[in-house]
Amino acid sequence: MSGPQAKETGSVKTVVFEVLRYDPAKDRAPRLEEYPVPVTKAMTVLDGLLWIKEHKDPTLSWRSSCRMGMCGSCGMFINGLPRLACNNQIVHLHSSRITIKPLPNFDIIRDLVPDLERMFGLHRTVKPYLIRRDRAEQNHPTGEYYQSQQELADYIQFAYCIKCGLCLSACPTVATSRSFTGPQGLTQGWRYALDTRDEGAAEREAEIFSEHGVYRCHFAGACSHVCPKGVDPALAIQLAKKDAFFGSLSLRKKRRATSVAPTVQHGADVKGIPKAPEPTVPQKG
Amino acid sequence: MRESKLWFWHILSAVVILVFLGIHMGIMHLDAILWALGIGSGDPVRSADVFRRSRQLFFMVTYVILLGSALFHGLYGFRSMLWELSLPRAVEKAVGGACALAGFALFIYGSYVAVAVFRMGR
Repeated sequence: MSGPQAKETGSVKTVVFEVLRYDPAKDRAPRLEEYPVPVTKAMTVLDGLLWIKEHKDPTLSWRSSCRMGMCGSCGMFINGLPRLACNNQIVHLHSSRITIKPLPNFDIIRDLVPDLERMFGLHRTVKPYLIRRDRAEQNHPTGEYYQSQQELADYIQFAYCIKCGLCLSACPTVATSRSFTGPQGLTQGWRYALDTRDEGAAEREAEIFSEHGVYRCHFAGACSHVCPKGVDPALAIQLAKKDAFFGSLSLRKKRRATSVAPTVQHGADVKGIPKAPEPTVPQKG
Repeated sequence: MRESKLWFWHILSAVVILVFLGIHMGIMHLDAILWALGIGSGDPVRSADVFRRSRQLFFMVTYVILLGSALFHGLYGFRSMLWELSLPRAVEKAVGGACALAGFALFIYGSYVAVAVFRMGR
């Protein structure tokens, strides 16, 4: 784009979006369609897709929500790498042509919409929630659990997962094995295994350390490379393997689950709190 | 967790292979240096020297340990590769069983050869 049209839109250049189109109800096979998009500074790939939908083709489908890299909906295969469309500026891709396809290793529902059911199914297998032996306390909690800052720091990195599926689409093992739990599920399993409030290690480890669990990881590290939140699933998997190795030698650090902190109804119930000084300004009434 | 135990032995066998294969490579390729250091065991490939080494307890034990470690390590890795092909569960089990059987049979046969040569002429 150049001349008066570029001035009108404020665009800095035109980039060709090569987008995979596929409607299983109509199309025999996926095809690539080209759309020239006037690109402005700070415009994201998601903005480019929205521009196409508004100006060129309203039937183009994809999934997106927050536009700020928080919800994990807009995972796509952009210029040969799984990325969030909202988290990548077009000018930062340094290319006059952007190829956008749905995430690999997932079935296509339509156009750029992947079927994430596989990921959520694998996620469920690792029981991604706190498990307590005291089922009554778990179902009807009477208070909060103790947890120190250090205990929180041990797992917080792995808790930043937004379930975008980028790690699964980048994983070479997931590409060949339908049974592999995958980096997302294994990381979440390990995240709860590290949580001191959790007592479900035995139930969860049956999946994490199964024949299709952590031991099938080739440590390609692609999952950590593409993760938009810095979760580092490869690290979680290696830590789990290390834990299992020392467990085999009976050298695993024993974890003790934290207990429920006693509920404090009023500040006055806590001993040792000094009494508030008398008001220096006369109180009304 | 059976898989954790198998993987533990997989890692341990890798370390064993590293040590014993190191000894093997040293004897095969560094014979001149070993000879100069006074710990040489003769020509690496001359038939008489090979037999002489095989009749020593140290080498017989070395061969059996190396054989067992290499078989376990290799076949576990082979099974893992096949299991990544999304095979049906029954086929996976059959592959695992075949690898275990093959490993066991080869270990028995190889150990028999090592022990038989060790006992030769005694």
